[in-house]
Amino acid sequence: MLLIDCPYCGKRPELEFAYGGEAHIARPQDPAALSDDEWATFLYLRTNPKGTHAERWRHVHGCGRFFNAVRDTVSDVFAATYRVGEPRPDAAPRKAGE
Amino acid sequence: MQTFSALSLIRRAFGGHAGWQAHWRTPEPKAAYDAIIVGGGGHGLGTAYYLAKEHGLRNIAVLERSWLGGGNTGRNTTIIRSNYLFDESATLYDHALKLWEGLSGALNYNVMYSPRGVMMLAHTHHDVQVSKRHVHANRANGVDNEWLTPEQAKAFCPPLNISPGLRYPVLGAALQRRGGTARHDAVAWGYARAADALGVDIIQNCEVTGIVRGRDGAVEAVETTRGRIRTPKVGVVAAGHTSVVMAMAGMRLPLESFPLQALVSEPVKPVFPCVVMSNTVHAYISQSDKGELVIGAGTDAYVSYSQRGGLHIPAHTLDAICELFPMFRRMRMLRNWGGIVDTTPDRSPIIAKTPVPGLYVNCGWGTGGFKATPGSAHVFAWTMARDAPHPINGPFTLERFRDGQMIDEAAAAAVAH
Ligand SMILES: Cc1cc2nc3c(=O)[nH]c(=O)nc-3n(C[C@H](O)[C@H](O)[C@H](O)COP(=O)(O)OP(=O)(O)OC[C@H]3O[C@@H](n4cnc5c(N)ncnc54)[C@H](O)[C@@H]3O)c2cc1C
Ligand SMILES: [Zn+2]
Repeated sequence: MLLIDCPYCGKRPELEFAYGGEAHIARPQDPAALSDDEWATFLYLRTNPKGTHAERWRHVHGCGRFFNAVRDTVSDVFAATYRVGEPRPDAAPRKAGE
Repeated sequence: MQTFSALSLIRRAFGGHAGWQAHWRTPEPKAAYDAIIVGGGGHGLGTAYYLAKEHGLRNIAVLERSWLGGGNTGRNTTIIRSNYLFDESATLYDHALKLWEGLSGALNYNVMYSPRGVMMLAHTHHDVQVSKRHVHANRANGVDNEWLTPEQAKAFCPPLNISPGLRYPVLGAALQRRGGTARHDAVAWGYARAADALGVDIIQNCEVTGIVRGRDGAVEAVETTRGRIRTPKVGVVAAGHTSVVMAMAGMRLPLESFPLQALVSEPVKPVFPCVVMSNTVHAYISQSDKGELVIGAGTDAYVSYSQRGGLHIPAHTLDAICELFPMFRRMRMLRNWGGIVDTTPDRSPIIAKTPVPGLYVNCGWGTGGFKATPGSAHVFAWTMARDAPHPINGPFTLERFRDGQMIDEAAAAAVAH
């Protein structure tokens, strides 16, 4: 089970959280102007990287707030968690055990 | 290829089983092939077999980054069924089921397909309605499926607890008698051996690291850990790693990769006659011919390539198993593992051409593609050979997400084993 560092509450077990998918996918400013391809990209296309992934989590059984995290999808080690609105930190993930 | 028969087995037994050939050759990669399959799981090896067998493409290769069947093919709980709700899915999965029925003979390899029956439990009023809808939709599509009362379900599977006092009591079940299991490794090995006999090069420990495209954008070659190999056609059948491989051609797909876990118990004498699935309490169970209980758990919530997953996921499944089958409460579990499954937004696969000429993709099988192995391989080979989809995989395009033509089995079944 992951140990997740909520930027508001601190480290808590994964069971307190809900996963929210890839982060930094901006909602279209002018939805009516979007083509079908742009809609499909927004709704369905995902980076799904083997490596560093920016993702949303929500501390549902805690403060209830959404936040973002950067995690390595091979080791599952978190490099950082940060508040919504803050830029994605360009941190390299820590090695397991650090 | 040495053929297997009762006579050849007896003859070799007298010779101390010396003199059996390797199932397939271990060739060096050639400089060029007419087509290349990326991924040596059941779907990729099957695709190569049908390309050679039915379409006459024999100068082809399967490139596998590790060992054959070491991906999800060798990690899955081998449940086979075709009782999907929508016409498109029922047609695809039943095409596969019909091929399973004759596969051991066609490959001269015992894939141990065992139609012992798959029983899917209903625990709530909603489950009952949805299950009955499946039964009727399946029957309209010529797919066998029947509704059982709790007593009939217990008669079919005596270990089942149908006490009304359960937290999630069994209110009935849908039974597909043609459903069952097969031997996962044998499927990979049987296709590999038969493809090899038709001239297909099967190359293990060869990871594809790049897709080379010409000026017109069409595929020209692949880069691998064993050098560049030229080819005009590449079929990507890389399951959990599909996004990684397709990114080499500059494509993003509607896929996310999650760990899916399974576990097996210590082996015991035959106690469990069929396959039982419960989507509501999340438990999948059968007994292998070795005697182990084979138990499927759920996916972890987050994207990962770790092939591990959290322990709370299988623990949750064991809660459900112990309640449904109290006699298993004292069984010890032997092994637990994960595989990386590639899931689409509608939980249906993509078996299609791509916008890149010469590049084809067969992916998105998620938690439930083992059952489809022969059918998927068969129609994908057709698609690659003719540069056009077979009528059966026609609806399973990439464009369906743009056009809103989803095949939404997620809503239909909640889980897609
Ligand atoms: C725990 C678990 C339980 C499951 N239970 C069931 C079930 O009961 N019933 C069912 O129908 N389905 C089940 N599934 C799903 C099923 O296993 C898969 O859908 C199916 O086996 C996929 O087969 P495949 O050949 O496409 O993929 P795989 O067998 O994963 O093969 C893909 C191959 O591609 C290779 N590869 C990846 N990248 C590269 C590269 N760059 N170069 C070369 N090779 C590469 C991989 O090493 C791998 O061997 C389960 C899956 C898991 C993990
Ligand atoms: Zn919090």
